[in-house]
Amino acid sequence: MSGMTITEKILARHCGKEKIVPGELINAKIDIIMCHDITTTPAIDMLEKAGIDRVFDPSKIVVIPDHFVPNKDIQSAEMVNRIRKWAKKHGINNFYDIGRHGVCHAILPEQGHIVPGMTIIAGDSHTCTHGALGAFATGVGSTDIAAALAAGELWFKVPETIKFQVDGKLASGVYSKDIILAIIRDTGVDGALYKAMEFTGSTISDLSVEARMTITNMAIEAGGKSGIIEPDKKTEEYVKARTDKEYSVVRSDKDAGYLDIKKYDASKFEPIVAFPNLPSNGKNINEIKEDIRIDQAYLGSCTNGRIEDLRIAALIMKGNKVKKGTRMIVVPATTDIWKQANKEGLLDIFMEAEATVSTPTCGACLGGHMGILAKGERCISSTNRNFVGRMGHPESEVYLASPATVAASAIEGKIADPRGYLK
Amino acid sequence: MKIKGFAHVYQRDDINTDEIIPARYLNMDKEKDLALHAMEDLDKEFLKRVKRGDFVIAKDNFGCGSSREHAIWALRGSGIRAVIANSFARIFYRNAINNGFLAIECKDIADKVSKGDELEIDVSNGMIKNLSKNEEYSFTPLPEFAIELMDAGGLINYIKKK
Repeated sequence: MSGMTITEKILARHCGKEKIVPGELINAKIDIIMCHDITTTPAIDMLEKAGIDRVFDPSKIVVIPDHFVPNKDIQSAEMVNRIRKWAKKHGINNFYDIGRHGVCHAILPEQGHIVPGMTIIAGDSHTCTHGALGAFATGVGSTDIAAALAAGELWFKVPETIKFQVDGKLASGVYSKDIILAIIRDTGVDGALYKAMEFTGSTISDLSVEARMTITNMAIEAGGKSGIIEPDKKTEEYVKARTDKEYSVVRSDKDAGYLDIKKYDASKFEPIVAFPNLPSNGKNINEIKEDIRIDQAYLGSCTNGRIEDLRIAALIMKGNKVKKGTRMIVVPATTDIWKQANKEGLLDIFMEAEATVSTPTCGACLGGHMGILAKGERCISSTNRNFVGRMGHPESEVYLASPATVAASAIEGKIADPRGYLK
Repeated sequence: MKIKGFAHVYQRDDINTDEIIPARYLNMDKEKDLALHAMEDLDKEFLKRVKRGDFVIAKDNFGCGSSREHAIWALRGSGIRAVIANSFARIFYRNAINNGFLAIECKDIADKVSKGDELEIDVSNGMIKNLSKNEEYSFTPLPEFAIELMDAGGLINYIKKK
């Protein structure tokens, strides 16, 4: 009998079985349910309609309104207010209201809610982010959230796993965002449909835990059910600095079965920009011959709004100015990141460069607010999707890139190679 | 169970949730409100043409992107009874099952069916009859679990019964 992957092992432990195999339908216990502003009110409606006036365990529920906060209009204000009252009623103390707010997938690990080996669900497709800590995390819909809030467990089909082995040293100016954009370019937006994506290799080990989150965050953009990275010393240091929750580290067996193993030489990677309208539409920056003028540069989101991202961008922006005619919007992903960036003087660097710094929010990443694009406008963005109309008008365009490429492009007013600024 | 309706065919892969229901409308969550914007960024004429009981036909990876169940509700609210595609994105497919909404995987369906064709779907036997072209196509029958959920009236009722 062959061994199991980390994903199969975590799911097996959560459904009380010794061994499970891909394709099997299981009911798995859920350790963390995260609820945000967009997908939670329908779940509350469903529970009320079904006459279920309880949650399975308030301590395992974390509520983080983030998409349209600070409330962008009356409807969003009503939604958040409803969730606020619901959380209070059910004794859910993990509620990140304004003042402690931020993008849910940045807050969850930062505040110590995630430990290796857990199962996490949220009504948000980028829930796969938390696999960076060696947990099984996946996005689901509102009905799933309602069911799990009531029962504490949820049905899953055990996914097959594809291993992505990335070895070699990254060149200067190339980051984890470029790695994942290269992988998605290679697999396509449905190349990992229904699959667990396990990232491994020396390049992944060399990355910080935060940089790893950028990779697992975008597993969904290749169609993946989850992204996962085996925990190592860095993971444990990251987790222990934030929580005293007990956990046990799970790793893949040497004889685990993989659907496919894909190998990459990271030393060959270059800065990549994903052109409209798919994240798989990546081009190496060297291949871009024409000038692509941009109206807006956006730095933020659950993909690349963490402190390291702001540091890289600030390093490039320092002493420079955003090109006249171009707007740059910086959105630190959480309140703690905002405060840290302020302490380090990064926010001053952005403001001196005539960028603006917003309060944490999902904001314009999904075309919510705080930087919506007009017809025909172009934005280079450190976010995760460049679908039609993603950040505004259906005839606007989004180009995805690393924080460094976003910063360099803001300075030049056109898509630009960050490497010249890092010498 | 057999259901009849007319086809809206999109020769497209990767029709995503931002096209099915743009995020600017996610400050609403009621089916009737969302229905007014179904497919808005993909096809401005969709709502003018769609009739209750119709089907959407597409190619690979239908419903990719966000986890928003609003995509299902917008389509269902607009009158769409089923989406038939080569393949579906995972969360969309999951949401369809949980809602008892038909998401049917049928190989190369978008190449076989023309805009406006009348189709009859035999859900239990995995067959689609094209009444306009007098053709038949078989599809992967729904997973047993999906049928159980549908019979129970969706996931919430299913767990309530358990």
